[in-house]
Amino acid sequence: MAELSPSRHSAFQVLTGLFSLPAGARVGAGPMIAAAILVAIVLASLLAPLYVPYDPLAMDSMSRLKPPSEMHLLGTDQYGRDTFSRVMTGGRVSLLIGVGAALVSVVIGLVIGLVAGFFRAADGIIMRIMDSLMAIPAILLAIALVALNGPSLGSVIIAITIPEVPRVVRLVRSVVLSAREEPYVEAAIALGSSMPKILVQHLMPNTLAPLIVQGTYICASAILIEAILSFLGAGVSTEIPTWGNIMAEGRSYFQVKPGLIFWPGLLLSLCILAINLLGDTARDLLDPRMKKREG
Amino acid sequence: MFSYILKRILATIPVMAIVAVFVFLLLRLTPGDPAAILAGDAATPAQLERIRDRLGLNDPLHIQFFTWIGQMLHGDLGTSLISSTPVAGMIGDRIGPTISIAIMTIIISVLLAVPMGVIAAWRHRTWVDFLVMSFSVLGFSVPVFVIGYILIQIFAIELRWVPVQGYAPLSDGIGPFMTRAILPSLTLATIYVALIARMTRASMLEVLGEDYVRTARAKGVRENVVLFRHALRNAAVPILTIIGTGFALLISGVVVTESVFNIPGIGRLTVDAILARDYPVIQAMILFTAGIYVFVNLIVDVSYSFFDPRIRY
Repeated sequence: MAELSPSRHSAFQVLTGLFSLPAGARVGAGPMIAAAILVAIVLASLLAPLYVPYDPLAMDSMSRLKPPSEMHLLGTDQYGRDTFSRVMTGGRVSLLIGVGAALVSVVIGLVIGLVAGFFRAADGIIMRIMDSLMAIPAILLAIALVALNGPSLGSVIIAITIPEVPRVVRLVRSVVLSAREEPYVEAAIALGSSMPKILVQHLMPNTLAPLIVQGTYICASAILIEAILSFLGAGVSTEIPTWGNIMAEGRSYFQVKPGLIFWPGLLLSLCILAINLLGDTARDLLDPRMKKREG
Repeated sequence: MFSYILKRILATIPVMAIVAVFVFLLLRLTPGDPAAILAGDAATPAQLERIRDRLGLNDPLHIQFFTWIGQMLHGDLGTSLISSTPVAGMIGDRIGPTISIAIMTIIISVLLAVPMGVIAAWRHRTWVDFLVMSFSVLGFSVPVFVIGYILIQIFAIELRWVPVQGYAPLSDGIGPFMTRAILPSLTLATIYVALIARMTRASMLEVLGEDYVRTARAKGVRENVVLFRHALRNAAVPILTIIGTGFALLISGVVVTESVFNIPGIGRLTVDAILARDYPVIQAMILFTAGIYVFVNLIVDVSYSFFDPRIRY
């Protein structure tokens, strides 16, 4: 896999290429540490119900806003709920939103981008619509969508997805535009292959590598936006703990108990940091030109 | 040059038109009834119907759209359902704090980020470079409000250098203004600095490998002149672009920062309007912020030739 030029490899080869390093490429300690941190956070969140000492929703009026102790590792919040149990459980929903938003926006963006890149007639209109969507500040659009559709998990994912779609569309479109000039695509057109077949079999594999990179960035930004939405009062209902709404609820008490913002904030930041670093590494491996540019 | 600017201005019209259609449909096609908000809980169906009639909500969708657009184009941004005051007035009352903090943020960001990026590229692969890149990745990873609370904790609560929250206009004197505006601006600047420093570094790395940089050094031009006069000027276009597109981040950041620091700006105004479903305010504010974004990017596009004389239109 010395030259990982996506245009000449099947989807499978690109995927395996992600895990087997190109000859001569070395992955430094940074990405390794990032991967370890991410795996630890994901496992800790997924397995949270097995080991957290308290029900994350159980209120206890006798032990409100308690400092960290043997009974409560990170103390309790204003309702007497155990902060440690809430933060660890909260990771599950935050990660779910991140992965969900990344998948949905990549799939929708891929379909629209393929169409825009291949059909000249549709291109102009689609790209004007995408430009307009990008002109609306993502946070405002997302809060508006959640506020109007209700604070369910699904509507938060949709709200985060819609502002991300234009970026994916632009990426896919640019890949398709350059790939469609390749001889093998022209040959397929000349041979009379059906449009769907050309799109799926010849053009789509080219988009896979950049989409994986873009997907990791979207995942990171989705987790961040979920936190901001919760903070502004337009997130998932507080019945379900997420890193975002634990911090949002801790807002009014942060002078007494900064831990309510600090701990979920720390885990969230570490998680996003790790995902971003892995995204950068994947990008460098998949696109040697960018590697040179970014140093 | 002039015809390019004109073409560029005309190109913003379809974008803004689609934004307007989108915002309009967003509010009409989602559940929720502005008349019910205005009438309150005790309203009878007959009262609701009268209000719907007065607001024009019983007209066909396209008539409603063109009425609204017509009003917008005449400078009438509508009237708040909650406070019954004109939206234009509300924006006027609350835009001051937002603009002051946005301007301070941009000044701080550019003054910090550009030298950071230049030095990181100049001392490529050294600890300075590593430090700048680490900050840049970190800046993207910590939520804006967490940065805000950390700064409050350190500078307002522990060190007591500045007040915790609130805002004072510049007319109250430079001291009160600065002590209240500095933390929000620094909070907002973090992500912007991360973005601009990263792009400056990447762009400078590319330019520093060029022949004219070697020539300049060979003929003994001082290193700071090489960096800032020869190289930075040629590296300017991507940096300007990122300052323009990053403006969307700044607008989003303003919304959050104003909540953290209790600043009565237009970010907080918009969030409150959305949460209260104050439809006319939501429509006007989203259109207004999108307009600002489009305008800033128009300026950025036009300014390319000022920084890079090779670009002629």
